[in-house]
Amino acid sequence: MSRIAARFAALRKEGRGALIPFLEAWDPDADTSRAILHGMPAAGADLIEIGVPFTDPMADGPTIQAAARRALNSGATLGRALDMVRAFRAEDETTPVILMGYLNPILSYSPVRFCDDAAGAGVDGLIVVDLPTEEADLLVPHARERGIDIIRLVAPTTDDRRLPYVLEGSSGFVYYVSITGITGTNTASGKELACSIPRVRRVTGLPVAIGFGVRTPAQAAEAVRHADAAVVASALIDTLAASLDAAGRAGPETVGRVLAQVRGLAAGVRSARQQG
Amino acid sequence: MNQPFIPRHGANSLRGGPDARGRFGGFGGRFVAETLMPLILELEQAYEAAKADPIFRAELHAYLRDYVGRPSPLWFAERLTRKLGGARVFFKRDELNHTGSHKANNCMGQILLARRMRKTRIIAETGAGQHGVATATVAALFGLPCTIYMGATDVERQKPNVFRMKLLGAEVKPVTSGAGTLKDAMNEALRDWVANVRDTYYLIGTVAGPHPYPAMVRDFQSVIGEEARDQILEREGRLPDAAVACIGGGSNAMGLFHPFLDDSSVRLIGVEAAGRGLDTQEHAASLSRGRPGVLHGNRTYLLQDADGQIQEAHSISAGLDYPGIGPEHAWLHETGRVEYVAATDEEALAAFRLCTRTEGIIPALEPAHALAHVTKLAPEMGRDQIILMNLCGRGDKDIFTVAEHLGVTM
Repeated sequence: MSRIAARFAALRKEGRGALIPFLEAWDPDADTSRAILHGMPAAGADLIEIGVPFTDPMADGPTIQAAARRALNSGATLGRALDMVRAFRAEDETTPVILMGYLNPILSYSPVRFCDDAAGAGVDGLIVVDLPTEEADLLVPHARERGIDIIRLVAPTTDDRRLPYVLEGSSGFVYYVSITGITGTNTASGKELACSIPRVRRVTGLPVAIGFGVRTPAQAAEAVRHADAAVVASALIDTLAASLDAAGRAGPETVGRVLAQVRGLAAGVRSARQQG
Repeated sequence: MNQPFIPRHGANSLRGGPDARGRFGGFGGRFVAETLMPLILELEQAYEAAKADPIFRAELHAYLRDYVGRPSPLWFAERLTRKLGGARVFFKRDELNHTGSHKANNCMGQILLARRMRKTRIIAETGAGQHGVATATVAALFGLPCTIYMGATDVERQKPNVFRMKLLGAEVKPVTSGAGTLKDAMNEALRDWVANVRDTYYLIGTVAGPHPYPAMVRDFQSVIGEEARDQILEREGRLPDAAVACIGGGSNAMGLFHPFLDDSSVRLIGVEAAGRGLDTQEHAASLSRGRPGVLHGNRTYLLQDADGQIQEAHSISAGLDYPGIGPEHAWLHETGRVEYVAATDEEALAAFRLCTRTEGIIPALEPAHALAHVTKLAPEMGRDQIILMNLCGRGDKDIFTVAEHLGVTM
């Protein structure tokens, strides 16, 4: 069983949803970003999503755009993001790691070599924002051969007719983009989620994670009342960004503040089903 | 969901692309986030239906004739020809279109499509501002609200066009991410679209972006080459020996070239912007110096570093300042049907002045790049030969930039 499947199976037994915090690789520098990654499981991360910086993150709002710029300025590359995962795996055998990014750095790296190296580093899943199902044959066979899950995005615009096509051959979990918009902007209401998540569940038995617009412990709790996991990205990066000095360098409290926020979100997720 | 592709031009035609996946050879495609994918498919269906509808075609034809001012004339540049001392040079005068460039052809086609699709809001990206002005114009004509994304650097260097867009009632949003040029404007327009999927039509200005945009924009621009082909046949009784156009994203060039693709006697030459020189880091020559990758929804040649990060383009001409190129050009480059060359900022400025003084036409800096190549090419050709050049925009918008380069204070 893959790490992702094992983690969701274990959480199902516990009867609770998962928290998936996000960090941008090398934001604002390698050491800070590594320290945040390594501290996340103890702070309550059930799975971890690592953003791979790209110059033109078309689906991202200002917060993640700025994170990507800081990361690129500090020297981030796709290869270095894989190095981060490799170092993390040496310490943590079980927490699933998902890389999220855009296609061009993977194409430049070469899809086959990338899947080899990602599997070797201990990456469990890939979310490639600008690789819809129509174009997925470019990457999916190579990933699947190496046991890496390709996690599909489903959006409010994905209608019932299209859903089975989008989810065909997907594995790991389904990432539900809860708003029509870019990251870090709006938040879907509980009513919208109550309507949309069952729509996805009718088509797949895979766990469903809700992302885009989940910021607070209460929103994370709301998300896992409807789905199996909550992804929190921009809110954590806002905290990181607020801790940087004028030159964009990490301060002594950067890592601690981000991890404290992860703990708060984890508490929200863990309390959700008792209340609900 | 996709219509099976029916070739219109016979098995060996170069004009039959793209295939059902929106590919020209290995280029093109639909590399967008899932949120946009259903919209792209809806657009493709709507466009295919419109294209097949005689009422739509008649409507477009009437607007192009009565509002845009088509057909644009074919002009024999006699003094220029004498000066260059070689092939006879003809200009396709698309700078005489309403709004001053070829951009109006595509905007008219797409806004009629947007109306057919019952979209109530228009967004667009713009570099030099020519596409922004043309979009704002058709939006005003049909009374639709319109938002134009424009890189902050371009807002600064294309002030007359910014003012024109505002006069026409468009909201101009300066984009400060990246270098603040066309690439960044396109990112921001895509972000707007993703957030406003239900009511908004994204009116892309060039032959790039996800399928069906490259094919659709090409089709709307092909009126340039179709007219020019008829005009030169009527006037000279023969096809030109070479057709030359400048290339940023490549819409005016694709529009000129496409009707000539199967005329193997016609050399087709696209001129990229070499900026401060192809061997510097400051140019916009994605075919000459880039390599294939994926940006803005399609696989094409891109200026990028070894890690697949997109690099900034540079050109004196804001309309050519783009690190990618339309996917059909990438394919025509690989197959060798079209030759792609480059002209520097300095060469374009020299051609700009030459055209102004010799023909009494102030060209935009974009076609000045095409003309720069013509000045090299014509003397190498015989006096009985013909060069057809697309004069795709007028230069009123560029006089401030040119003044600055000439050291003139206005």
